[in-house]
Amino acid sequence: MTSARRLQSGGLVDRSRRIRFKFNGRDYFGHPGDTLASALLAQGVRLFGRSFKYHRRRGVVGAGAEEPNALVQVGEGAYSTPNLKATQVELYDGLTARTVNGWPSLAFDIGAINNRLSRLLPAGFYYKTFMWPKSAWMRYEHHIRHAAGLGRTPSLPDPDQYDKRHAHCDVLVVGAGPTGLIAALGAARSGARVMMVDEQSQLGGSLLSAPAVIGGQAGLDWAGEVEAELRALPEVTILSRSTVTGYYDHNFLSVNERRTDHLGPAQSDTPGSRERLWRIRAKQVVLATGAIERPLVFDGNDTPGVMLASAVSTYIHRYAVAPGRSGVVFTNNDSGYQAAIDMSNAGMEVRAVVDVRMTAGADVAKTVADMGIPVYLGYVVPSVQSGLQGLKRIEMAKLSADGRAILSHKGLVDCQVLAVSGGWSPVVHLHSQSGGRPCYRESQACFVPGTSVQDERSAGACAGSFSLAACLQEGADAGVSAAAQSGWPGGYVDIPVAVERDEAPLQPLWEVPAGALAGDRVKKFLDFQNDTTASDIRLAAREGYRSIEHVKRYTALGFGTDQGKLGNINGLAILAETLGKSPGEVGTTTFRPNYTPVTFGTVAGRALGEQLFDPVRKTAIHAWHVRRGAMFENVGQWKRPWFYPREGEEMHAAVNRECLATRSSVGVLDASTLGKIDIRGPDASRFLNLLYTNNWDNLQPGRCRYGFMLGEDGMVMDDGVTTCIASDHYLMTTTTGGAAAVMSWMERWLQTEWPELKVYLTSVTDHWSVMSVAGPNARAVIKTAGCDRNLDAEAFPFMSMQSGEVAGIPARISRISFSGESAFEISVDANQGLALWEAIMTAGRDYDITPYGTEAMHVLRAEKGYVIVGQDTDGSVTPVDLGMDWIVSKKKDFIGKRSLSRSDTDRPNRKQLVGLKTQDPSRVLPEGAQLVNTPQAERPVPMVGHVSSSYYSAHLGHSIALALVKGGLSRMGGTIYAHLMDGSVVPATICSPIFFDPENERTKS
Amino acid sequence: MRKDRYSIFSLARNAVSYHQDWSEAWRSPEPAPSYDVIVVGGGGHGLATAYYLAAEHNVGRIAVLEKGWIGGGNTGRNTTIVRSNYLWDEAAHLYEKSLKIWEGLSQELNFNVMFSQRGVMNLGHTLQDMRDIYRRSNANRLNGIDSEILTPAEIKAKVPAMNVSSEARYPVLGASFQPRGGVARHDAVAWGFARAADARGVDIIQNCEVTGIRREKGAVCGVETSRGYISAKKVAVVVAGHASVLADMAELRLPVESHPLQALVSEPLKPVLDTVIMSNAVHGYVSQSDKGELVIGAGIDAYTGYGQRGSFSIIEGNVAAIVELFPIFSRVRMLRQWGGIVDVCPDACPIISKTPVSGLYFNCGWGTGGFKATPGSGWVFAHTVARDEPHELNAAFDLDRFTTGALIDEHGAAGVAH
Amino acid sequence: MLQIECPWCGARDQEEFQYGGEAHIVRPENPDSLTDAHWADYLFNRTNVKGVHAEQWCHAAGCRRWFNVLRDTMSYKILAAYRPGEQPPGSEE
Repeated sequence: MTSARRLQSGGLVDRSRRIRFKFNGRDYFGHPGDTLASALLAQGVRLFGRSFKYHRRRGVVGAGAEEPNALVQVGEGAYSTPNLKATQVELYDGLTARTVNGWPSLAFDIGAINNRLSRLLPAGFYYKTFMWPKSAWMRYEHHIRHAAGLGRTPSLPDPDQYDKRHAHCDVLVVGAGPTGLIAALGAARSGARVMMVDEQSQLGGSLLSAPAVIGGQAGLDWAGEVEAELRALPEVTILSRSTVTGYYDHNFLSVNERRTDHLGPAQSDTPGSRERLWRIRAKQVVLATGAIERPLVFDGNDTPGVMLASAVSTYIHRYAVAPGRSGVVFTNNDSGYQAAIDMSNAGMEVRAVVDVRMTAGADVAKTVADMGIPVYLGYVVPSVQSGLQGLKRIEMAKLSADGRAILSHKGLVDCQVLAVSGGWSPVVHLHSQSGGRPCYRESQACFVPGTSVQDERSAGACAGSFSLAACLQEGADAGVSAAAQSGWPGGYVDIPVAVERDEAPLQPLWEVPAGALAGDRVKKFLDFQNDTTASDIRLAAREGYRSIEHVKRYTALGFGTDQGKLGNINGLAILAETLGKSPGEVGTTTFRPNYTPVTFGTVAGRALGEQLFDPVRKTAIHAWHVRRGAMFENVGQWKRPWFYPREGEEMHAAVNRECLATRSSVGVLDASTLGKIDIRGPDASRFLNLLYTNNWDNLQPGRCRYGFMLGEDGMVMDDGVTTCIASDHYLMTTTTGGAAAVMSWMERWLQTEWPELKVYLTSVTDHWSVMSVAGPNARAVIKTAGCDRNLDAEAFPFMSMQSGEVAGIPARISRISFSGESAFEISVDANQGLALWEAIMTAGRDYDITPYGTEAMHVLRAEKGYVIVGQDTDGSVTPVDLGMDWIVSKKKDFIGKRSLSRSDTDRPNRKQLVGLKTQDPSRVLPEGAQLVNTPQAERPVPMVGHVSSSYYSAHLGHSIALALVKGGLSRMGGTIYAHLMDGSVVPATICSPIFFDPENERTKS
Repeated sequence: MRKDRYSIFSLARNAVSYHQDWSEAWRSPEPAPSYDVIVVGGGGHGLATAYYLAAEHNVGRIAVLEKGWIGGGNTGRNTTIVRSNYLWDEAAHLYEKSLKIWEGLSQELNFNVMFSQRGVMNLGHTLQDMRDIYRRSNANRLNGIDSEILTPAEIKAKVPAMNVSSEARYPVLGASFQPRGGVARHDAVAWGFARAADARGVDIIQNCEVTGIRREKGAVCGVETSRGYISAKKVAVVVAGHASVLADMAELRLPVESHPLQALVSEPLKPVLDTVIMSNAVHGYVSQSDKGELVIGAGIDAYTGYGQRGSFSIIEGNVAAIVELFPIFSRVRMLRQWGGIVDVCPDACPIISKTPVSGLYFNCGWGTGGFKATPGSGWVFAHTVARDEPHELNAAFDLDRFTTGALIDEHGAAGVAH
Repeated sequence: MLQIECPWCGARDQEEFQYGGEAHIVRPENPDSLTDAHWADYLFNRTNVKGVHAEQWCHAAGCRRWFNVLRDTMSYKILAAYRPGEQPPGSEE
């Protein structure tokens, strides 16, 4: 294997070192500095891929982000990455790459039959067929799906890491070509904090691709000096291999930095991230993003060997690769001539420059003439001829003065490379994303940035200034003024001299008329990846799809992974001609982020996995639960013990055991996760009166009260027990999941509606460890653990709180019960939580104290008919619906009160909370089961309610359920039917939701 | 107005003439001075409304006024999910009506809308999610809507790419699955309705912005537009994100707020995901288009906005959620993102209603889930406008519910996302 | 990605803030005296303006204070941030 096309000298590749890689299973080599595309071109490879729809052979067209054809799957196994552009993949040892389309092989692709059938497959053909028979679409679609798609998703999880950094800067310069470099320098010398972001592996931009002289020295040498000065400045950050992918509101920009891909996956074992997402807030932005050359539109313009003229120059200058033995240039502007000069200097035989115009710029014309290259003015290339490996020869023909017809056939010219230039499209993407509206500049036939909406300005080629001298001038001005506007007025830079060429203007030619050799399958491509042709655009317009957005969507123009960087301008210009409008009137489609694709992993960053997707909250006693073998339940962000299975014990056995132990002796629950809000201030009780449905005026210090909080819509939002610690000091508990929302809710009312109330809130959820010791022996256990308070019922009644010590630990002890047992809730400093828990467990040993989890807690509370907000309520339930009218004050106002008297909220037949007993006592209804009045019914079946909580009560010896049933409170003793998912119908009897100890004798004891 | 009938045969016939002879899918007429019904808004819902007014209600002259290009709002910006597995009867019946129309829509419109019934899975990650899933699936079944409940193993069998490990931060505990749900080609829905409406004489007038609603004695009499005044006996407003703006023209206040809703796609991939996956707890939804792109969405931006763009942080959270569910998608690349404006009702259900102004009707408040309802919404709205009274399917979706309190709260029921 | 000027802490990223909807909606003094329709107007109806919108934000991951912002709902530009109880800048006194 030799590098047949590698030049002997020049370029930015290190010929002293070989890098071996595989492409489609074959071995190749390249050099440091190569991209996959340049190395393959160097070895004579011309066929890079197949197109999406017609599976036509495609070669490399560009040399960067604009490449639509050369898409590859790079790497193996977990490191396999789909859809990379070969023009952007830097070589590393052992790289493997495959083309993404083409089956069974790239050279012989069965899908190419579509090319033969292409007349049946115009734009939008799929909207017109595949409709018969009605059931068959899924079959058609199956085949379409398998034919579509590009690369493959890796089959293994990604071993790499990604991270994010936040940065603020005074001036962000996007692009490090001559414009960006001088802008950064001008800005940085002011002392401003400057960031410069560039997508290439080294700075220089267009200077990497073309010879240039700046200030009397080689362009890259000048760039090197600027870079050195910038790097020496402490406030300057330079990011290479980094792309500004999105420009968002308030000058926020996202940058994708690719940190290790050029090293290969072997390096990924070293610590650090593969890619980084920079989130940058810039005071001022300088866009120096350059321009992208556009292809010319003629029959067969997608043939391998037809390349952008600038790409040809890039391969020659940067990579020292001559992409063929012989070449022709086809252009409508002066810049295309450079490719002829470069090809000739690289030893290629340049057989012609075909120029649409009647006049070329004097300087380039002279240079080319001096080199002996024939120039054909007023000529075009209407078609090409190709073999299996791509371009063989081109047709040359004389164009009519109006550009609409071929006057005469000139003949065929053999060549392997056709370098095309249709002019340049400024990269206005980021300007557009920032809110600017690009406008059409007739003289250059391109869209340039419009009025700035955010603090940004465009300079150089991306602003339509294509000469090097203009780029340097504009870049310097932009950098200095951006720094000044960001508060750093001292920037300066001398503008070095650059040679100005005598240029003749571009002559737009959006479509080359078909030539003498045109067959009946003329195809002039606009979007190479999606196979959108010029005739597709006209068909769309003919059928009424005339907005550029309609045309785009109907023809798929610009929907490829290159996002229309090459072809959109040609498409909209052809649409404009078809509609008799100017391109400016047609306008562009919206430029959306990302400028180039960004790895999902990068966007996600570190926010993944068990630890970091969402923070895990654990109680101070968590480690004990783990040692005890608890199964956990996610409740909000918390991990709560769900149940504690003994060896070999399944869930229901464990829950039954935990419930029975609590009812018969004593159980203990880690209740630390309940939200806790410390409320202080002279107006605290007034505030509670507004928040809760019941009255708080008469709660004495040391007493506790249960309350419902409603939304202003009257629906139950949260509940909990609040304790009066002093007349101006309360401790509120909330549900575990609702804690943060309730805190915000209270703060908001205080700050925005009732700022006159003197109330101060502190979230103390994490400050306290709380355990509920419940059961007939609870009191005895606490006494055994050691407590300095008299725990007897008379001295320490239900719903009261006392401060004291338990097991020598200062504690708040409350007689609160969610289990229906005689219970003590003990709160201690979270740091002491585990110590107290262990002390209680030790003290309870003789009583067979049993830790119980959330499931047993649910059963115990359901036996008592206590609701869980969010399970037995769903945002459409009032306290009245729950049968708790007694908790709703008629006298005072509170949040949500007025909503309770609305006609629908006040109506009698609403869904109301009831209990259910299945007629087969062992049958436990599924939670969520729908309830129906009759055992049989036609669908749709009228549903009258649903089961919200349902358990087997080991203590009662039968199943119990809570349900919301239409008019349920007036249906006690009636029968209702659960129609289950498995088709069975389970009868149940409506009963009171309180199944156990309705007189509260236990809780009070 | 005879149109080409679309079929493989007409395609072949036109291939012979190099596709030069296709007729316009819809005309571009000048607005007439007056219409019987003006539909404001040329999105899917508006075009469907016009189509059903013409096809089923014989109401005379109809125009659709669109300020930009048809299908350019949320119709062309959504993630194309179609399902009917809503909890509450009122919502379930409305969306099921729509789903039934979807099932024959390509044939009815003679335009392939590519309705692909690849199934929609709503994942459960907590015990409460699973209770809600049982409740909703059970209700769906009893309402005659297909629904299954899947175990993690069954989910894995259908969606091998998903991580169903119990070690995940929010493990997948199960899912509801509606096999008849799926996706459709969003643009084609607008175009198909436009073509079929046009064929029935509806004037579709693009680049015509309504700037005022003229009323006399409490009744609507026409609209001011950027192309002049057009009189109308009835005006049916169906403008999604801009509902409040149009309501303001008639001095009405609506219980909606307009929010940015974003979506994104990956680069195209070979088939890797056959089913539509939705997760409320891990907060994202994803399907794979016929072109191979992963089509991804999440929730709205919290703030109101008419800018058709949202905050990048929403995208970051959304992508993290998808990678969390599908770790093998990590190296896939995000191609493009965009935003739309959705008008959200307090109960996450739409308003399809008469208004205090006689002859003025509003269809709005679809929030994040309007696309799936397109045909059904048009069908009931056309009925409401033509008969001046709601169909029983949309009777509960009137404006009055916000006064009486009879909301149809889908928030609690996993019905809210998308 | 908004950058919001907290009146107490200064400019911070949007992610530190919680949005609270339309500002200057005053809770009725005596809700029981309202008709259902008037109550519904307070409860649900919003101006939802396309243009300059007075809205509430809370610096939730900062000082946790609520304040008001004038923001253009088309351009998303923030015109002013001011404390609760203050009138929006430029409004009639």
